[in-house]
Amino acid sequence: MTVKKQQTDELLGLDKFAVDEDNPHVVIDKEKCIKCTEKPCLVVCPAKLYKLGQDGQIQFDYAGCLECGTCRVMCSHKALDWKYPQGTFGVSFRFG
Amino acid sequence: MSDEEKFDAIIIGAGPAGCACAYILAREGKNVLVIERGDCPGSKNVTGGRLYTYALELVEPGLYKDAALERQVVREQIMMLSEKQGITIDYYNENLEENTSIPQSFTVLRAKFDQWFADKAEEQGAMIASGIRVDDLLMENDKIVGVKAGEDEMYADIVIAADGVNSLMGQKAGLKEEWNGHEVGVGIKEIIELPQDVINNRFAVGQGEGAARMILGQTGGIQGGGFIYTNKTSVSVGMVVSPAELAKQDKSVADIYQDFKMHPAIQKLISDGTTAEYSAHLVPENGWNSVPKKLYRDGFLMVGDAAGFCINTGTIIRGIDLAIVSGVAAAKAILKESEQPGIQYMKNLEELSLVPTMKLFAGWPQITSIPRMVQKYPDMINETMDFMFKVDGKVPPKMTGALKNIMKSHVSLFELISDGWRGFRAI
Repeated sequence: MTVKKQQTDELLGLDKFAVDEDNPHVVIDKEKCIKCTEKPCLVVCPAKLYKLGQDGQIQFDYAGCLECGTCRVMCSHKALDWKYPQGTFGVSFRFG
Repeated sequence: MSDEEKFDAIIIGAGPAGCACAYILAREGKNVLVIERGDCPGSKNVTGGRLYTYALELVEPGLYKDAALERQVVREQIMMLSEKQGITIDYYNENLEENTSIPQSFTVLRAKFDQWFADKAEEQGAMIASGIRVDDLLMENDKIVGVKAGEDEMYADIVIAADGVNSLMGQKAGLKEEWNGHEVGVGIKEIIELPQDVINNRFAVGQGEGAARMILGQTGGIQGGGFIYTNKTSVSVGMVVSPAELAKQDKSVADIYQDFKMHPAIQKLISDGTTAEYSAHLVPENGWNSVPKKLYRDGFLMVGDAAGFCINTGTIIRGIDLAIVSGVAAAKAILKESEQPGIQYMKNLEELSLVPTMKLFAGWPQITSIPRMVQKYPDMINETMDFMFKVDGKVPPKMTGALKNIMKSHVSLFELISDGWRGFRAI
């Protein structure tokens, strides 16, 4: 295989994750989120986990989170309850 | 772990700052617990990146010799990209320290390096507890006396926050304000595997030797830059850009990175390679001016990225070494058994040159964040190169006029003077 332009989903598929199915580590406060017009989360997330739904609401899947924290820093409406995943859960970098 | 157990020190995070601190404390007979949320040390950590060796020497002379390092950096490179062109400045220097012949720096991969460092601290007697997330700090009479992880409470004379750039514990201690989007960079990196010989040939380095390349331009016009570091059997390709600037436009940082990676001048360095990992991390980019005003309180110290220790001069990017130095400073402060380890810690940071160096470069983010640095100037330089190397059989325009026109088409005299003035004032 040679290096090529890749979709984020494909790239995340290369990483090792242990998803904590019962406890999302990032939770969106929908009421605060809906008031936000800028929605920086759509462009700043390296894993592209924030998507705009047809209803205009942000849809978010915490499963591929790389735990960088950029969304938390950029969320001007403080709509994110952002924690690290519980111990042993989340991404495990094999190279880093 | 029983509730009554009390440690001399609890360190949150088994990165380079935490491990350096634990190593020294344990070596000097202290009872140290390091709590790491990852499966194993390093599994949550990302670097560009490289380690400047002097810092490991402060922990223990000669320690670097069996460290999990990748390649000794002998080529320092600066690359400036326009859409289709690229100019690279390549500076060869084996960079061996004069008296001791210690190489100045090595490329590193953090999953390997941090695990190695944690093992070393463990050998000295530190206890490393992986797979545990610290949730909160325990307070008594305004003093931090321990940490809480799930239902477990663990106590110590001092708690050291080595919990990285997001430092949620620094925030809980009331010392660290939340970052704003101008103070940090979001870093994205791919590990691209290539055979050792291919890397040696493409980067013109010998066995065990490597290159470090800083790249300006083609980051979607967003402030920041790219990098390439050669590892043993892989190349780290990435970029670090300003999230605040990203938010002003509508292209995803992930897409900007993919385009950057596929720039013809970069793609040829990594072609036929296989991407093995995709990672992201925040980087403290604003230097001294974003270091919390106070890095300690009763029973609590902050080290490494948690303290915002990072220097980016455009050619030099330092983070891991500063983390190690701060871990050493914290350990030495604790070993002094003074009444106020926080004040001693700050003294040590001065003496170990960390604070004076950060202050020296405090204005540099003003230069590296000049908007024209990421597009107009790289474009201008590449167009100049194009003129200088161009032969098409026609009579070329006169040199002086052509160069003036190139300049004018990219920046105005006013912009040039204002950027020059900004740069002058910053240093």
